[in-house]
Amino acid sequence: MEIKEIQEEIIDEFSMFDDWMQRYEYMIELGKSLPLIKEEFKTDDNIIKGCQSKVWVHAELEENKLVFTADSDAIITKGIIAILIRAFSNQKPQDILDADTQFIDEIGLKEHLSPTRANGLVSMIKQLKLYAVAYQTQIED
Amino acid sequence: MLDIKKIREDFPILKREVNGKPLVYLDNAATSQTPQQVIDAIVDYYQNYNANIHRGVHTLSQEATDKYEQARIKIQKHFNAAKSYEIIYTSGTTHSINLVANGFSALIKEGDEVLVSAMEHHSNIVPWQMLCERTGAVLKVIPMNEEGELRIDVYDELLGDKTKLVFCNHISNALGTINPIEEIIEKAHEVGAAVLIDGAQAAPHLVADVQALDVDFYTCSAHKICGPTGVGMLYGKEEWLNKLPPYQGGGEMIAEVTFEKTTYADLPHKFEAGTPNICGGIAFGAALDYMNAIGFEEIAKYEHELLAYATQELLKIDGLKIYGTAENKTSVISFNIEGVHPYDMGSILDKLGIAVRTGHHCAQPIMDFFKIPGTVRASFAFYNTREEVDVLIAGVLKAKSMLL
Repeated sequence: MEIKEIQEEIIDEFSMFDDWMQRYEYMIELGKSLPLIKEEFKTDDNIIKGCQSKVWVHAELEENKLVFTADSDAIITKGIIAILIRAFSNQKPQDILDADTQFIDEIGLKEHLSPTRANGLVSMIKQLKLYAVAYQTQIED
Repeated sequence: MLDIKKIREDFPILKREVNGKPLVYLDNAATSQTPQQVIDAIVDYYQNYNANIHRGVHTLSQEATDKYEQARIKIQKHFNAAKSYEIIYTSGTTHSINLVANGFSALIKEGDEVLVSAMEHHSNIVPWQMLCERTGAVLKVIPMNEEGELRIDVYDELLGDKTKLVFCNHISNALGTINPIEEIIEKAHEVGAAVLIDGAQAAPHLVADVQALDVDFYTCSAHKICGPTGVGMLYGKEEWLNKLPPYQGGGEMIAEVTFEKTTYADLPHKFEAGTPNICGGIAFGAALDYMNAIGFEEIAKYEHELLAYATQELLKIDGLKIYGTAENKTSVISFNIEGVHPYDMGSILDKLGIAVRTGHHCAQPIMDFFKIPGTVRASFAFYNTREEVDVLIAGVLKAKSMLL
């Protein structure tokens, strides 16, 4: 599925929730359930230190598609990571570069992507894009 | 007894809602709210006598200068400084500390030692590290115990002939500990070291008498004592302020300028280059008037009751641990619930209209000491209520049930 389609699917899913509490409960569930990264990749090299929470990101190229794994020490941050990975992982680097994160606003989680939150997510998205640039160059070479 | 209901009427912001819930503002250690009296002082300045100070012969300039200097005297009286020119207006505590640290570059040399407490805000660590890098002086740390109290026994050992400076906060922003600064100052003076006390967290809760303390430098920010952001003060003993070179060059701070040589203005102007935060300074004075009219003794008594009540209720929650359990502390409670990340707790409390601080509170060494990523910090002011403590407790329980 293309990134846009996945994002629309996520927006659709979130539209079923009546209030913030249901959204948060869903995110917490996501944050608790998914093993998002292999323990061996939770290294200092892969860490993004926010003031509030830490995020680990790892990227690998598989058949010209970029596969992301990530994690956080905070559950809500991890829940958002799960959503971001669902949208951006297993996609072509160029498609990742062309995509935006507007859908996070639309599912009512905008505040978590605010730079003032300093939870590492803004830097994480930047990092996903940087990986995409790097691997795109690699593919072109 | 304080009439809290009446006091709350003074703060327009306390009437607002956040995420559809009445605001419960418990982030006072970061910034206090602003009463109408201070807002009025700000509006009055811009509506009636906005002008540059110390420069004009015209009436508005004179009026602005008078009010600005009157505010300086209010600050002087409040902290009981001997001279009004020992009060330097700054943009806040961070600016004050940098001003002193920068000035000491000229006064200390390689091998000299500076002592800093283990529970400092980054703003009272980094400028001194920079000073040490510039001069080759050595930074040493006064450690703390598990309760979050300074180890005075180790401090005694650290003090010596090489000690030139000691820096310590009056009250810890992350833990609420009230440090024994009288003892710290007296012992530093015995070895001939100067002392700077960061009073940012103390100013909202108690009145420091700089002469009685015999402190060399004392600093605070207006925005933590019901004043506006972007203004603060540095008290320095006259002899020290005369020894320190100016921090920034510019207008206002000079006596005479030629291309060959500039002579500096007298105190306090030597340290006040450029057009200052005039309105901020005046509003700082208004904020002190407001707080003093309520009375610091009453404020401290009431806040202590809130602290005791909140501590008692929070400790009833299973798995909750409070960091900073010093015997002598102010109305700041840093806590975590086992298995719950502070960011998650803070995010859910925000949804419930409760403003707390989460994270390392710009005091990473403290978090490293306790081996935690951060804490949730609720800090209370005199306009908070027991009912708000109850809302906090209910919120923490709600978040806990969602997160665990």
